[in-house]
This record gives sequence, structure tokens and C-alpha cells, in this order.
Amino acid sequence: SRVTFSFLSVRYRPERLDHLEQKTNFSKKELQVLYRGFKNECPSGVVNEETFKSIYSQFFPHGDSSMYAHFLFEAFDTRNNGSVSFEDFVVSLSIILRGSITDKLNWAFNLYDLNKDGCITREEMTDIMHSIYDMMGKYTYPCIGDNAPMEHVDNFFQKMDKNNDGVVTIEEFLETCQRDESIMQSMHMFDSVI
Amino acid sequence: MAAGVAAWLPFARAAAIGWMPVANLPMPVAPAEKNKRQDEMIILNVSGRRFETWRNTLDRYPDTLLGSSEKEFFYNEDTKEYFFDRDPDVFRSVLNFYRTGKLHYPRYECISSYDEELAFFGIISEIIGDCCYEEYKDRKRENAERLMDDQEDNKDAKPPNMTFREAMWRAFENPHTSTMALVFYYVTGFFIAVSVITNVVETVPCGSSPNQKEVPCGERYTVAFFCMDTACVMIFTVEYLMRLFAAPSRYRFMRSVMSIIDVVAILPYYIGLVMTDNEDVSGAFVTLRVFRVFRIFKFSRHSQGLRILGYTLKSCASELGFLLFSLTMAIIIFATVMFYAEKGSSSSKFTSIPASFWYTIVTMTTLGYGDMVPKTIAGKIFGSICSLSGVLVIALPVPVIVSNFSRIYHQNQRTDKRRAQKKARLARIRIAKQGTSNAFLDSKKNGLFNEALEFTVSPEEQHLRKTTSLLENQHHHLLHCLEKTTVSVVLKQLVNHEFVDEQYYQQSYLEAGLQTYPSRSPSLSSRDGATGTCCTRRSKNRHAPLQNASGPPHMEPLTHQRGLQELSTIHILPLSTSRSSLNEPASLNCRITTAIISIPTPPETTPEGDAHLPTGPAHQNVVKVSAL
Repeated sequence: SRVTFSFLSVRYRPERLDHLEQKTNFSKKELQVLYRGFKNECPSGVVNEETFKSIYSQFFPHGDSSMYAHFLFEAFDTRNNGSVSFEDFVVSLSIILRGSITDKLNWAFNLYDLNKDGCITREEMTDIMHSIYDMMGKYTYPCIGDNAPMEHVDNFFQKMDKNNDGVVTIEEFLETCQRDESIMQSMHMFDSVI
Repeated sequence: MAAGVAAWLPFARAAAIGWMPVANLPMPVAPAEKNKRQDEMIILNVSGRRFETWRNTLDRYPDTLLGSSEKEFFYNEDTKEYFFDRDPDVFRSVLNFYRTGKLHYPRYECISSYDEELAFFGIISEIIGDCCYEEYKDRKRENAERLMDDQEDNKDAKPPNMTFREAMWRAFENPHTSTMALVFYYVTGFFIAVSVITNVVETVPCGSSPNQKEVPCGERYTVAFFCMDTACVMIFTVEYLMRLFAAPSRYRFMRSVMSIIDVVAILPYYIGLVMTDNEDVSGAFVTLRVFRVFRIFKFSRHSQGLRILGYTLKSCASELGFLLFSLTMAIIIFATVMFYAEKGSSSSKFTSIPASFWYTIVTMTTLGYGDMVPKTIAGKIFGSICSLSGVLVIALPVPVIVSNFSRIYHQNQRTDKRRAQKKARLARIRIAKQGTSNAFLDSKKNGLFNEALEFTVSPEEQHLRKTTSLLENQHHHLLHCLEKTTVSVVLKQLVNHEFVDEQYYQQSYLEAGLQTYPSRSPSLSSRDGATGTCCTRRSKNRHAPLQNASGPPHMEPLTHQRGLQELSTIHILPLSTSRSSLNEPASLNCRITTAIISIPTPPETTPEGDAHLPTGPAHQNVVKVSAL
């Protein structure tokens, strides 16, 4: 994408519509709708982490979604430059919504793998789990115990970590997920999002 | 949820992918989108100006007119657009609300028209953005005050059935309502002035006899002053008692400021009457006389300016308090400083700090009497600092008080101006209403003529007459229906009420007592006995459609007794069947019209109202009928 500098503000202009159409699995109309929403909220053409967090927090008024939004931002920001342009946004969305099951699972793994070293450690998963539970907030029924995230992490590792080496690799992850009925089922939920 | 963020919902749902693999339970089924609508454009035609937007934009706020199915009522099938017959300028703000999620209030827009548009489109005004909210609230409050002032003016209108007590209270509070009240107002004002002047003159030394020293007038003409005082106090007492009697809430009245002033003004006199010439007490008695000067405050009932001043001071209480407090602080500081500075000098007048207060006050208010002056250098230095700071401290709160006074004073002036404008406006409305009712009465007459003479009058003339607007016709038809609905039984015959001109009604009501009809026909005499005002009005009213003079003014001839008698005698018989006989115009109308022609004079007397129909063509029509 082209970067234009006008005085002090930086503006990104995305690639052409037809290029994006080729890169992603969205139709022209869908891209148009997505871009209109994107540009409305971020007239400058890029999303920085603050805006990302504020947008996401509007959907979760009960709890604190900032940690999870941070992880999401890291996952969306494929070029690691602190901002998400429309291409990044739309490419990731295309994978999640229109990609194959394997692509989706890969993306999820990438989300969990905070330091992008190819394996999920217990600390990383604990952070993720805490951020998810934070989104729930305090007022839930039944009450979320203090140990719930830890238990959940233990559950996860028990399920995924086949060779019990304390980390979950991508192969373990894919294998376990593909064998799990409910996970497969829920992946199909994304077919109807756009 | 803000409008634009709704567009990010797909992203939020996609982000849920992070939860799937760690979830213990299966996810719920996603809601199915049946016949997913493509994002389509909607055209909104507002008074000719076309606005186009996405349907999704409008769907963001489903509890407004544009966001719900309510807009389907305005859909135009032929042009495939939504048409609103509203102000396009204000609609801009409304549509921008959907686009950006923020409602703005443009300054140039009138507040009430803006409110109306908001109400029409179902948008509550609380969501106006912070940038425009203050302005909106200010304008709204101004408007509300204006409406409240109008309502307050309404209490000038005299409610019909007031008890004597209420009437008296009203006379006291608003002297301009009746002459008696005005007289009372001026008399009390005069006596207040007299009393105050008496008090003042009482102390002037007037003419001394050569062997005595000068005495004040009060002691020289004791009797005269005493009589004057007695008279004034009596008037004030009577006034106070009358007000107390008339007050709607006596307890509240007694607590009010004005009544306290009244009491304080007359009390010294009574106390003086009661007290004997005891030497010890007479000193106190003299002090009491001071309170007589409070009578001057009674003038505030008479002067609006005084009341405004009092109200201003009350509303600036906090600023005045601040002024007083800061002055006190400064006085104490400077007095202390001056005392210690002047302590050293001999024969100094600054004997103590309280004694220095006097100097400080006189200096700070820049009076500078000169009875106490510092002699030491330090004293002079501090003295000059004191006077400089005095100027500053006093000047600070004064603009606030002044601006408050100006605002309240102008508000009052505005009220008076509006009262005068309102009178003019009401007069205009009354004229307009009269015009409408005249038009109705005329159209009735014309209508009856038209029904009777359809086949005689040429089509063009008919068409000309029928070009009173369709709206008028429908309105008149409605009034007609109302007339036919209200029915009363007169002399065992069902007759419907009719609208008449107000003047005519009043006149006929008055005349009913004065008129007697000579009986030229038996039916008339029989009617005479039973007739009351209702009947006379009806009978006169029946003259209306068949006479050839203009609408209400044709009632004017009836003020002439002779004319009335002639008309009534000649017309009563045929008129009894006038309405039913419209289907057979020939026979009866012939008789009527011949009768009409034979009385040339009454219709030509000058009518009070407007002449809607010239007598010329009417005569012609009449002739035509009789020719039939």
C-alpha cells in the first residue's frame, strides 16, 4: 500500500479493489462493505492499537477486553509495524471467515503463540486464558473462581499436549482439533458471518 | 453501541476464533440470515432535495422513524423513493446523525422548528453531541421562559366568576385592571408621599419667635402634624387590613416582605398612642419614630424599577457577600497595620485598632474625610497602599451586579413590549376568525341560492361561484353537518341550530326584550307568545339565506324596528317551510321573492361588516326566479 505524507498526518491507501479481491476470498461487494466500515471508523486508513482496543471494547461492555484485543492486534499486525492497514485486516478476516479449516486453525495457533516461536507454552496459554476470562467481567453466574483460568489451562494442555513436554506444537494442535467434533462444528460458525 | 462500530461486528465475531479451540462446551448455533439483503441504496426525497444513503446506515437506529418500518408509510411506489414533506435543511442534521452517530444542532436553526423535526423523525434530543448540547439547552431554556411569560400574561384575562375577595385581591395586585384599582393605587401613593414629606418637614427649623431659639416645625405646629400623621396612618391601616382580607393565603401574606414593611411603618404610631409621656420611655419612643421612614419602602409596590433593584440585589447576594467579606478582611488588616505604624507618634488619633477601622473604611472607599490622618512616614506609606487597594477591591464585584441588573431590567421591558404586541396579535386573530365565519355564512347563502337556481343560471356563472376553494367547501360542509346535528325542539318542531354572526347574536338577544311583533298573520301571533330569544334569533336567521344583502350585515336592518316588523310579518309564513321547500323552488320562492322586492330599503342600509354579495346580482337572481 502506498504511504502518503501530508504535513504531519500519515495516510495509507489500500491496494486496488481487484487486487484485494484476488488476494482474499471476498467478493467485490463484500470488500466494499468492509472498507466503508473500516474507513468510517479510521479515516486515516490504518488502525492503531488504541483504536483497535476501543472498538473491540464496545462489544464487550461487561468486562475488560483490552488484553485479548492486544493479542488480536498482534495477530492481525502481520508486518509488526504497530498498525493494521486495511489489507492486513481483510486478509486475516478472509482466512478466518472464508479459509479452510486448516487455515483457520493455523490462524488460531498463531494467535495463541504470542512470541511466534512455533509452540504454545504454559505461560502464553495462561495469559490468553486470563484475557478471555477478563472479558467476562465480575458479574457472571455462576461466579468465576480465581482458579478457573488455571484449571482451564490445565484442561487444555491435558487435551492437546500429547507428548507431555509442556508445550503444544502446531502438529499436536491441528491433530487434536481435527479429531474434536465440537471444535470442528464451531469452526463452521464463521461461514455466515458476512 | 455507536453507529460506525456496528460495521465492525463481523470483525468482532471473527475474533471469536480465539475461543473455539479452548472452549470446553460446543458453541451455540449462529443466527441464520434468511434472504440476506444486499446493501442497497435508499433515496430520501425531502421536499425535492434528494438524499441517498445505504439502507444499513438507516438501520443502525431501529427505534427511529427512518430506521424502522414506519418509513414505509412514506414510500412512493411510482418514483421508488421515500418522500417527506419536511424541511430539508434540518433533515441534513437528522441524516448526519445516522451517518456519524452524532446529532448536531446548527446555530442558525430555530429551536422550535428543530424540535419539531426531531419529534417527527423519532429522535430524542438528549443524544445531541457535547459540541452542540450547551447551545441547544440555552436556546431551549430561553424559549421556555418566553412561553412562560406569555402564559403569565394570560392571567390578565379576567376569569369569569370571581368572588368579591378574589376580585379585590386582583385589583390590589394589578392596578391597571380596573379604574377603582387605579384610583386606589394613586391615592395610596399620594398618601405615602405626603407621609414621608411630613416626616421630613417635621424636623426643619421654621421661624423662630425672637425670644425663643429655633424650634423645628414639628414642635411648633404639633397639632397639625399630628393630624396629618393620624390621617396617613389610618389610610395605611385600612389598606393593610383590606389586603389582609383579600389575600388568598393570609399566612403567606403576613410573612411577605411588603406586609412586614407595612406593619413596621404604622406600628410606631400605635405604640406612641399607647405609651404615656413617661420620661424613661420617651427616649425609646423617639427611636421608634425612626421606623416611620420605612414608609418610603411602600413605594416599591408602585415602582417596578424599585422592585427590580431589590430583586437584583437579592440575586446578586453571593457577589455582595463576597464583596463584604473581602472588604472586612482588608479593613482588619489595614487597621492593624495603621495602628501599629502610628503607635509611636504622639497625639495620634489611632488610639486602638477599632478606632483605626474608621480611618481604613474612609480611606478604602476613597472618601477621605481627613479627621484622622497618619503622621508617621510608615503610616503614610501604608495609608496610600490602603487607598489603592480599596479602589481595586470595591471595583471587582460591581460589574457583576450591574450586568445582573441590566439583564433583569431588559427582561421586564421585554415583557411589557410583548404584552402590547399580544394585544395587536389577538386583534388580528379575531378579525381573521370573523372573516372565516362570515365566509361560512355567505357560502351558506350562496349555496342555497345555487341549489335553487341551478337550472336558471348559466354554467359559467355557476362555475365562477363555485371556485371558492375545495378546502373551503369541505370546511363549510363540516360546519353544516354540525348545524344539522344539533337539534332542538321549538314549538313541537325539530329545528337545527345554526351558526350566526356574533354581533348579530348579541343584538338579537338584546332586541328580543324590546321588540314586539304586530300580528299580521295568525301564525305570527301564535309564535309571538311562545317566542323567546331563541325563536327570534332563529326567525331572523331564516331571513339570512333568502335576503339579498350581504351576510352578517343584513342583520343590521333589523335594528330598525319598522324594518324588522315588516320583514318578520312578510317572511314568517313562507319561511316555516323554507328549508324543506327548496326542492320546489317555484311556488314558494315566487312569493318570497316578490315580497323581497317590495322592501327595498332595509337591505340597503349600510352594513357593519363586509359586503360579500352586492345587492345588484342578487336582485337579478330574484327576478329570474319570480319570472319562473
